[in-house]
Amino acid sequence: MRVAVIEFPGSNCDRDTVHVLKESLRIDANLVWHNDFKDGSYDAVILPGGFSFGDHLRAGIIAAHSPATKAVIQMASDGKPVLGICNGFQILIEAGLLPGALLRNAGLKFVCKWTALKVEANNSAFTCTFKKDTKIRMPIAHNEGRYFADDELLDALSAAGQIVMKYDEENPTGTARGIVGVSNEKGNVVGMMPHPERASDSALGGTDGLKVFESMVEWAKC
Amino acid sequence: MLVGEIETTLTPDEIQYARKQLGREPNALEWALIDAEWSEHCSYKSSKPLLTQLPTTGPRVLVGPGYDSGVVDIGDGYVLTFHIESHNHPSAIEPYGGAATGIGGVVRDILCMGSIPIALLDSLKFGDITKSDHSKWIMKNVVRGIADYGNCIGVPTVAGEIEFDECFERNCLVDVACLGLGRKEELLLAEATHPADSVYLIGGSTGRDGIHGATFASRTLAANSEEERSAVQIPDPFTKKLIIEATLEASRAGILRGCKDLGGGGLATGLSEIADKGGTGLEVYLEEIPIRESDMNSIEIMISESQERMLLVVKEGHEPTLLGIMRKYGVSFARIAAVTSTGKVSIVRYGTVIADLPTRFLANAPIIHRIGKPPHFFNQGSEPCPSQGIEALFLNLLSSPTIASKEWVYSQYDHEVGIRTIAKPGESDAAVLRLPNGKFAAVKVDGNARFCDMDPYVGGASVLAEACRNIVAVGAEPIAFLDHCQFGDPNDERIFGAFSMTVKGIADFANVLSLPCVGGKVSFYNQDEVTKKAIKSSPVISVLGLVEKPEHITKLGFKQDEEAIFAVGKTKRELGGSEYYHLLDGTGNGPPSLNFELEKRTQAAVLDCIKSQLVTACHDCSKGGLGVSLAEMVIAGEKGATIDLRNLPAEKMREDETLFSESNSRFILTSNKTNLVKEKFADNRIPFAVIGKVGGDSLKFTSRAGMFNLSLTAIREAYSTALERILEPWPR
Repeated sequence: MRVAVIEFPGSNCDRDTVHVLKESLRIDANLVWHNDFKDGSYDAVILPGGFSFGDHLRAGIIAAHSPATKAVIQMASDGKPVLGICNGFQILIEAGLLPGALLRNAGLKFVCKWTALKVEANNSAFTCTFKKDTKIRMPIAHNEGRYFADDELLDALSAAGQIVMKYDEENPTGTARGIVGVSNEKGNVVGMMPHPERASDSALGGTDGLKVFESMVEWAKC
Repeated sequence: MLVGEIETTLTPDEIQYARKQLGREPNALEWALIDAEWSEHCSYKSSKPLLTQLPTTGPRVLVGPGYDSGVVDIGDGYVLTFHIESHNHPSAIEPYGGAATGIGGVVRDILCMGSIPIALLDSLKFGDITKSDHSKWIMKNVVRGIADYGNCIGVPTVAGEIEFDECFERNCLVDVACLGLGRKEELLLAEATHPADSVYLIGGSTGRDGIHGATFASRTLAANSEEERSAVQIPDPFTKKLIIEATLEASRAGILRGCKDLGGGGLATGLSEIADKGGTGLEVYLEEIPIRESDMNSIEIMISESQERMLLVVKEGHEPTLLGIMRKYGVSFARIAAVTSTGKVSIVRYGTVIADLPTRFLANAPIIHRIGKPPHFFNQGSEPCPSQGIEALFLNLLSSPTIASKEWVYSQYDHEVGIRTIAKPGESDAAVLRLPNGKFAAVKVDGNARFCDMDPYVGGASVLAEACRNIVAVGAEPIAFLDHCQFGDPNDERIFGAFSMTVKGIADFANVLSLPCVGGKVSFYNQDEVTKKAIKSSPVISVLGLVEKPEHITKLGFKQDEEAIFAVGKTKRELGGSEYYHLLDGTGNGPPSLNFELEKRTQAAVLDCIKSQLVTACHDCSKGGLGVSLAEMVIAGEKGATIDLRNLPAEKMREDETLFSESNSRFILTSNKTNLVKEKFADNRIPFAVIGKVGGDSLKFTSRAGMFNLSLTAIREAYSTALERILEPWPR
């Protein structure tokens, strides 16, 4: 499968993500400058972490209104796998592809640390190879990752299996119900605050992140 | 001093020298250029004669001091670039912007060698945050400044050190080191060697921020310094990130002849230095420089230190490629100068020459041969006696800010972006980064103001020794270092004397180690006009090491129950300048001694044990002594230990002194191949002993004074949450 990793001005996990896809998983991954990104020629797209457009105005909002994201929205409606990691999650929320909002962390500080997580739903494009309730470890590194939605919406997401990942023990950012990852109704669009590309090598602390990308490959086969 | 209508920091001798060399009276703009370029900050005019004592060459050194970064060959066509910068004065009055732009500056130094910045380290020194709200404010904002900037540009902040002492109350120190990775054949130098090439200014526009930054840094802070916030630049990490990408793309395209970061002294310094190093001249078109405010005069334009600007020397005929790259990233650019063969820097405004100075004259300030008096040695301090029990003392020491866990700080830094960080903060004595040729870089930065204040010679050498021990402890061989000497006003002969002895101490020990210095920085005038107090002598040293194989990488946490714990090196009754005495409000008599040969031999033997894969965990023994080192190994490994201090190779002294003495040349390591380790140390005539074993859920000590026991929970609570309790005392 051909995967695009979009590079916005200010993205900084783009190369890390491409590296893992290519070197660890032998996936045909391509780093694509945002102005050159057009849908149609890729089987999946990943919006990487970083500070797109310097996070000016609000994290992710400028990228969400870029022509590249229009193409991403088209791919999402075509049912292709779309993953937003960290800043990419913020972009997908601002673009209206995912429900809820991401606020500043409860401690009002950037938090970079490894966290214990639990896979809540395995019906999404990026969690389908996990068993439900699997405990995994991945690192977070962000300032605005406190997921927020009102109780009604949270209950609805929960019932629909759209909450894909939660903190398992500690909740270092004060996110609602410990949520760190959600999907759209179809399950092909997923956003998550933890960085799977940083958890794809035992020398760096763990390999649980590989399964996120492996899920994408499996999903695309169906 | 005032020359014409221009306020300068030039001395009467320098003014006379300038007039004589030129054979005429320079105009106002020319005086301003001379003033910026000859400032202490840019010219090293006081320190240059002394810095020649440092060893600067070695088989791996490709570029030593004098360029934007040092360059070290790591084989397989790869190089590491390495540089350190400080932003002390700006951070003292505007901590957020001052610290952030300090990172911006050092990152550009790496970038302009054609290398990618891959890691940041910071050495921070603040006043006593347990007593001063001002120092708390400075610290929080410095950390936030580093975090916001470093995180946004996508360069991980992987290691550092923080010291707290009253002497930094009004003069905090903010040093940032950066490590870069490049290909040998793609190296760039800050040189304009070819007439007919063009010089482009890229990035941000030139504004009034940072005017006189270099001269501001070349004098002491005054009572009204808070009004000088305009001398602090404004950070813009997003623009910096784009400049990084654009510069690297231009560099890889092979269209650049040279590259220069614009830092202290602004365009005045940057332009004269590339022309001087290239042996050429420049014709500068002042009206082409993009300015932020339309009424800026020529002096303001030339000396502004606005951030996020780089000079690119573009090979003749390659402009179209450059323009394409700059447009892709949306980075503004302007052709502001042409390289000439005149040997002069000529500044032209709409066709009229408004400044015309010989390059060599402008770029080389006359050296000042200062006289240094022996500093006041500190050997009459009090030796305090504890009034608490050993358990309480131990926990209080673990909670003292200099010793306590810095997690509150490093959890705000993205230390993993780039997916190279193999050993992360808190896990090991130095950060370890994966390199593309299968090897690993180890980096650490260290300082010890109290030792250096008591004895600059031994103190300076001890800082280098500690930084090297940290590198050795992770399984790396030290290959290069940077020194950053920070002192008060050099016009004070005793301060200059302390500086001179510090450099000699570092140089003498570096020569024993055959370890080259590849760069550094000198920052004087860290002194407060109000209190008339200078900071304690604060050399900061960053050492770079190379790990040959992944199996050599060693962390500090205890790994396996029942493994033997070795104490390497002799513990002497040396508590002068120690954290323990500081806790008890005492000072002691002089810092711990340092036997250069023994230190070198000990480091070599420990590295040999690690490379022979006999060692499962390793930690150097420095601030807080044996007690703190053991506690840190317990916390990182989440395993307790049983220690018998009666076996320790040590001078006779009290139990508390034994635990917290800061003698040099010591390590703690664990092994499951005890006999082989014993042989190595015995063969090298290094004092050592097995002092205990790993296991249990507490740290148990037996000494001649009796037994005591600290639970893992108590140790963790004291050590891990101390900074948060001080900085954010409100309930969660």
